[in-house]
Amino acid sequence: MKKPNQHIEHNNAVIRIRDLYKSFGDNHVLRGINLDIRQGENLVVLGKSGTGKSVLIKIMAGLLKPDSGTVEVLGEHVDKLSAKELDALRLKIGFSFQHSALYDSMTVGENLAFPLQRHQRHLSADDVRKEVMRVLEAVGLAQTLKQLPSELSGGQRKRIGIARTLIMQPAIMLYDEPTAGLDPITSMEINNLINEVQESYHTTAVIITHDLTCAKSTGDRIAILLDGHFNHTGTFEEVVEKSTDPQVKSFYDYNFID
Amino acid sequence: MGEPSRKTRTQVFTKQLDSFFMDIYAIGQFTGRFFREAFRPPIEWKEIIRQFYMVGYKSLALVSVTSFVTGIVFTKQSRPSLAEFGATSWLPSLVAIAIIRALAPLVTALIAAGKVGSNIGAELGSMRVTEQIDAMEVSAVNPFRYLVVTRVLATTCMLPLLMLYMSLIALLGAYLNVHQNEQTSLNAFFQNAFEQISFLDLFASTFKSLVFGFTIGIVSSYKGYYTTQGTQGVGKAANSAVVISMFLIFIEEIIIVQAVNSIRP
Ligand SMILES: Nc1ncnc2c1ncn2[C@@H]1O[C@H](COP(=O)(O)OP(=O)(O)OP(=O)(O)O)[C@@H](O)[C@H]1O
Ligand SMILES: [Mg+2]
Repeated sequence: MKKPNQHIEHNNAVIRIRDLYKSFGDNHVLRGINLDIRQGENLVVLGKSGTGKSVLIKIMAGLLKPDSGTVEVLGEHVDKLSAKELDALRLKIGFSFQHSALYDSMTVGENLAFPLQRHQRHLSADDVRKEVMRVLEAVGLAQTLKQLPSELSGGQRKRIGIARTLIMQPAIMLYDEPTAGLDPITSMEINNLINEVQESYHTTAVIITHDLTCAKSTGDRIAILLDGHFNHTGTFEEVVEKSTDPQVKSFYDYNFID
Repeated sequence: MGEPSRKTRTQVFTKQLDSFFMDIYAIGQFTGRFFREAFRPPIEWKEIIRQFYMVGYKSLALVSVTSFVTGIVFTKQSRPSLAEFGATSWLPSLVAIAIIRALAPLVTALIAAGKVGSNIGAELGSMRVTEQIDAMEVSAVNPFRYLVVTRVLATTCMLPLLMLYMSLIALLGAYLNVHQNEQTSLNAFFQNAFEQISFLDLFASTFKSLVFGFTIGIVSSYKGYYTTQGTQGVGKAANSAVVISMFLIFIEEIIIVQAVNSIRP
């Protein structure tokens, strides 16, 4: 179980979502989402496959537009920004994709340098190289610098994906299923990495998962996405272990052997 | 049996026709976006150069073989008809007109549509379905400028070069055949060949190649950039990139030929 974190500012919401709705045709995915994510916390969004977890963080990053409702990130209404303003906001957001989404025509080093070379043009090639090595070492994969993504394992790819977002030193990290499809040991390494990122960069993070071990070890707070909205938010103990909701209980019994 | 199945077939056909025209409309919009974004800094020089190289590299072998064979075969097949009138001395200029005015721009465009168009459709398509394009977008890098603009510039600039290269190789093929039969010298052959070729011909062919290259780049990028339905969609994107490119190339060919002929003195 995760230790309480002192850096969380409970009165300061970095992401504020109100009455958010999103449908795809007849598929009403998000139905009235309300959520505050506080400065410095790791908030885990737990939910079954297909409940709209990925849709939710894509809306936070401005990749999808909500049908109605508001999403405020760092004080800005994401869906009302101009392209330029949105880009400025996105520089403060790190998005780690469900399937890593590494650029497969580039080496690991080029993947990491890609955002840096385009946003910090004053950096010399040498500075870029140093910065790339710094984050590669932070995720423990310095030896993969010259490899192509296709030559990496799933767990390595996940970590490189996280490194690629860390290089821009984001204030907010969005992790989409960071441990999906990984063995328990690799999953634990990723969980530790997520907690290290929180501690050393004081980031606020949204961690999307259906893996209860991941939720338990990374989440300061858990929000459970059921039927298109959040019914239960609280600590892991409150909303999962002691839950009386049959849907949550069945999810727990099936998923977790402690 | 016949009646209901015929009805559904018409429905399928109208649906396909419908989606085809939707495509053409969306490609028009995509073109507009290209011109709005293409010349705004920062320009991705490194990626542009890489794409130039890719377009050349992908098509060079096939263009070389096709043009050489076309040159030889076209000359060989034309000889008997000209020989009937004792006009084989006209062969070089006849072949040059056929190659430079008609064959070279069209054949390079068709080869490039097949090789480069399918490649762009598949590459951008797989980047879309594996969320690499989204990843670029959330890292505040404009994926349209990095991926689409560079590829369209590359196909547009490379096709005229490939067309000139093809003309040259095809003429060399033709020369080989002429030399074998009439012992013409290389010099005499080329002098004879270019007698009937005007500046307008060269200009028209270069212009055609530019248009064809632009078409291949835009259509293939559009198909790849908006790929849906996962891996299956990637195959579809590559395939329809080629089909729509070729279709538009034929239409453009007809229009440009009409226009050029109307201003030919
Ligand atoms: N671009 C889209 N177009 C149409 N439907 C979509 C789109 N994106 C998501 N959906 C639909 O929204 C629903 C939720 O999808 P989402 O990817 O958010 O699920 P998820 O909770 O992330 O599931 P998983 O745990 O499997 O990743 C699904 O039914 C999906 O079909
Ligand atoms: Mg998902």
